[in-house]
Amino acid sequence: MKLDSRVPQGPIETAWDNARFSMKLVNPANKRRFNVIVVGSGLAGASAAASLGELGYNVKCFCFQDSPRRAHSIAAQGGINAAKNYQNDGDSIYRLFYDTVKGGDFRAREYNVYRLAQNSVKIIDQCVAQGVPFAREYGGLLANRSFGGAQVSRTFYARGQTGQQLLIGAYQALEAQVATGRVTMVPRTEMLDVVIVDGKARGIITRNLVTGQIESHVADAVVLATGGYGNVFYLSTNAKGSNCTAIWRAHKKGAAFGNPCFTQIHPTCIPVSGEYQSKLTLMSESLRNDGRIWVPKKAGDKRNPGQIPEDERDYYLERRYPSFGNLVPRDVASRAAKAVCDEGRGAGSGETALGVYLDFAESINRLGRSTIEERYGNLFEMYERIAGEDPYKVPMRIYPAIHYTMGGLWVDYELMSSIPGMFVLGEANFSDHGANRLGASALMQGLSDGYFIIPYTLGNYLASNKPDGLKTNAPEFTAAVAGVADRTKQLLSIKGKRTVSSFHRELGKIIWDRCGMARNAEGLRGAISEVRALRQEFWKDVNVPGSEGEINQQLENAGRVADFFELGELMCLDALERNESCGGHFREEYQTPDGEAMRDDDHYQYVSAWEYKGEGVAPELNKEPLDFAYVHPAQRSYK
Amino acid sequence: MSPTAISGGSGGTLRFLESTIFKKAVMALTGAILFGFVSGHLLGNLQIFLGPDRLNEYAAFLKSNMEVLWIARTVLLLSVTAHIVTTVQLMRINQTARPVGYAKKNNSHSTLASRTMYYSGPMVAAFVVYHLLHFTTGTLHPEFSPVDVYSNVVVGFQRLPVAISYIVAVGLLCLHLSHGVSSLFQSLGFSHPQHTPRIKAVARLVGILYFAGYASIPAAVMLGILRAPSVHL
Amino acid sequence: MNLTLHVWRQKNSGAPGSMERYAANDVNPDMSFLEMLDVVNEGLITAGKEPIAFEHDCREGICGSCGFVINGIPHGPNKGTTVCQLHMRYFKDGDELFLEPWRAKAFPVMKDLVVDRSAFDRIIASGGYITARTGSTQDANTIPIPKGVADSAMDAAACIGCGACVAACPNAAAALFTGAKISHLGLLPQGQAERDRRALGMVAQVNAEMFGACTNVAECEAVCPKGISVEVIARMNADYLKASWKDRGARKESGE
Repeated sequence: MKLDSRVPQGPIETAWDNARFSMKLVNPANKRRFNVIVVGSGLAGASAAASLGELGYNVKCFCFQDSPRRAHSIAAQGGINAAKNYQNDGDSIYRLFYDTVKGGDFRAREYNVYRLAQNSVKIIDQCVAQGVPFAREYGGLLANRSFGGAQVSRTFYARGQTGQQLLIGAYQALEAQVATGRVTMVPRTEMLDVVIVDGKARGIITRNLVTGQIESHVADAVVLATGGYGNVFYLSTNAKGSNCTAIWRAHKKGAAFGNPCFTQIHPTCIPVSGEYQSKLTLMSESLRNDGRIWVPKKAGDKRNPGQIPEDERDYYLERRYPSFGNLVPRDVASRAAKAVCDEGRGAGSGETALGVYLDFAESINRLGRSTIEERYGNLFEMYERIAGEDPYKVPMRIYPAIHYTMGGLWVDYELMSSIPGMFVLGEANFSDHGANRLGASALMQGLSDGYFIIPYTLGNYLASNKPDGLKTNAPEFTAAVAGVADRTKQLLSIKGKRTVSSFHRELGKIIWDRCGMARNAEGLRGAISEVRALRQEFWKDVNVPGSEGEINQQLENAGRVADFFELGELMCLDALERNESCGGHFREEYQTPDGEAMRDDDHYQYVSAWEYKGEGVAPELNKEPLDFAYVHPAQRSYK
Repeated sequence: MSPTAISGGSGGTLRFLESTIFKKAVMALTGAILFGFVSGHLLGNLQIFLGPDRLNEYAAFLKSNMEVLWIARTVLLLSVTAHIVTTVQLMRINQTARPVGYAKKNNSHSTLASRTMYYSGPMVAAFVVYHLLHFTTGTLHPEFSPVDVYSNVVVGFQRLPVAISYIVAVGLLCLHLSHGVSSLFQSLGFSHPQHTPRIKAVARLVGILYFAGYASIPAAVMLGILRAPSVHL
Repeated sequence: MNLTLHVWRQKNSGAPGSMERYAANDVNPDMSFLEMLDVVNEGLITAGKEPIAFEHDCREGICGSCGFVINGIPHGPNKGTTVCQLHMRYFKDGDELFLEPWRAKAFPVMKDLVVDRSAFDRIIASGGYITARTGSTQDANTIPIPKGVADSAMDAAACIGCGACVAACPNAAAALFTGAKISHLGLLPQGQAERDRRALGMVAQVNAEMFGACTNVAECEAVCPKGISVEVIARMNADYLKASWKDRGARKESGE
């Protein structure tokens, strides 16, 4: 496979403008003749579908939920970055670009990131015009907060529900297009395959989740905006329905998969409370501003936190990182928590005791309860609702959890995958965050891709790919339909003994233990063979009840879990191949003597783009070298 | 996936008069008129405590100008009709809106008054009919006098079942008012974080005071506080 | 703890349904309500029976997918909480729980506790937006919005579209949902141009979808997981009545 990233030449500041100027245009009168499929209705999908509908394309947008408003972008709490410099604190497009490249540990494309920083400014304008009720100051102007350790205040927010408000804005724009008839919304429908005709993406195969019908949809281009694959870990902060099926099926049809092992762990989540646990809930990182993190000094100390005297507590972050203390970046804080729990010093009474204390006692003494309540009241309430403990009296227990995947389908500068005519947006692609994403950047990327990139780049593609009257009776479609139907039948016919969830839970545990916060070659090799064995058992012993022609949530889930097995294996393979530590990928073999990540720019300054070679055949690794002409690679240090 | 036509924001598919919000506005406006009548009627009735002459003079004054009286009666009749017609229409819409009910229903917030509007309304209407036949036309009154309103009231309420049924009926009326008087503001689109709770409190107070006022008359007759003047005996 | 569940089971929208009895044993008080149902379902599957279908996705109270009626109260007994955030510690050993789907003509039952809420999408499509062509907008700080106004708009915009308001309403009205969107957009300066059109269009769609009429009993407010106040319904009424008054003018403006 030859990867052409189509990154423009010339100065980075004008590269996107020049690229847009050189793109071909579709005549306005001809746009309605082009059919475009958008899969996914989150920030990226909804904004893309709405914007493409506005331009006049004939758009069909699919989502598996009952409404596009349910997409998981809705759960983002913190905010969205933009280089507005409204605070007069020295922010600029260049600074946001610089922070993002550095935060990504030098594993992202500079030109993509620069464009993202440029678009960030327009996103805020667009959202305000749509009626997104961002927080404001008394003077009526927009408020900002700082986030994720950035030294400028550039994050726009709508209480703790920024993702919700941005998504509702995009959803409303989408519904406005639905009303005009230019966008057809197809909810409760899952994409199960992509159809390639003459080497180009020309449609998808879906299953209607209500009737079970397998359907074909033809288009001139396919846009995937189906989110990340964090649910491979079973327990994650993703929604229960979030899955990798769309991107994985596209991968098996020829789309290269970029950096699958780059996954992000969030350090402050509410820990697992039992076997039945179905998902993890994130607590805003801002808690670390006033909470002190500690564990008992002695392994196996099962006393209540209140009974452990001060001198038997280990404030391990303050001890190891005296200058940043409890505010070290996400990956560093997460790994440190895992390390102390591995030593048997985890907090809590459970057998596993996976958790560390986040203690506000000192802050409450110093600042008073009312100040803490003002700052974190809603978070404390949420914690109490879920954990059943009052964090004003008992220290919170937190533990890291997976919550974002930087990896995804490989795309070029125009967001087109290695399959011509198939574009990938938002978390589903690998593009802008490198090996680690900064806080408040995911929303920015989803909307940048959907509102301000795909409307141009899709036109550039369509201008030289005229409609040809392809119909769903083409042999490529009938073959794909048969393949999907067979697989569904097969899942239903196994009628084994184990439930889908039990397999998923077991897979998640393998990936979490071996390909989670810290990885090593031996563990990864073991994980690959364990995942393979489990996958075989799944196809022999899974029990999918019910039938095909009805609402069947177990069947939906079974198909998704089947794909997670394959993706999980590729993640481990990618992690094994990348013999360095960078961002969210920490290989225990590659660390400094005091336990910090050690990047290897000489050998691994590239994007891993994996190519599917067929069942039972090893995938092929393609490398897209990365070039840093503006931000020069340096080692991160938080001592 | 879209079985229902979308008007695209033009409002074209819905005639204003068919909208439920219009119907509620009609209920609110007619309810306000009827509330005005109920208030005036109460003030008039309470004059019974000032003696037979005062009440009978007041009654005679009301009947002195038949044109004005009939205009008022027409307005009231139209209001009652519109109030009832829109109620019935909304009730039918609301019944079709939930064809299958809950096996178990738990009302967590609403007041008794608000939930019983559909019952208190028709019962009050039935009472009004009886009341008109009783005290206005005298059809159902044993000793009706067209001029001596005071005696009509006292004689009418000396029969215990009648007095009790009046008290129950005004109780329902006041229950109806205690929700209706504040609800009409909401239906007409007035809501305010400070004023709305006050309006609600006033409406509840209206319910209690009006009940006390109306019920005091049959109660006073039963307790012997109001008696037929001896001259007539 | 051990619980007895009575759950509405219905194979599909055409089939009749009935309440079925299930035992939920050894329920851990730290479980969420949906995790308790997950465990019941695992048991049903292992026993060769069909699991209970219910909608859920984010499981953190924001996506609005989940929701059913527990003992007569949408989202259950804990105020301001969706059913995915409701934890079993609010129940006690031996409790008998009745689980029923949202009941409304506009929300037909599709299976068990799953209902079709697409009517909400159609209501939004009939005017619940501000038309702002991508890329055509001015700088975000051009129009200052007083903090109080922005906060009130945010209060209304917090709606998650779960449908509990319809389920709780004795008339199955969608007034809280519709009023919340009309308020959110109508409070903001950006939403003024389409304010009349929005009220007319959305209310027309609500009526076409066969929702009931609001009778101001405020059951919706009590069960709304986001605590949206019935004040938004008054605002909808005002906007609709005003817009209807000006309807002729509005029609001329929109070129109809």
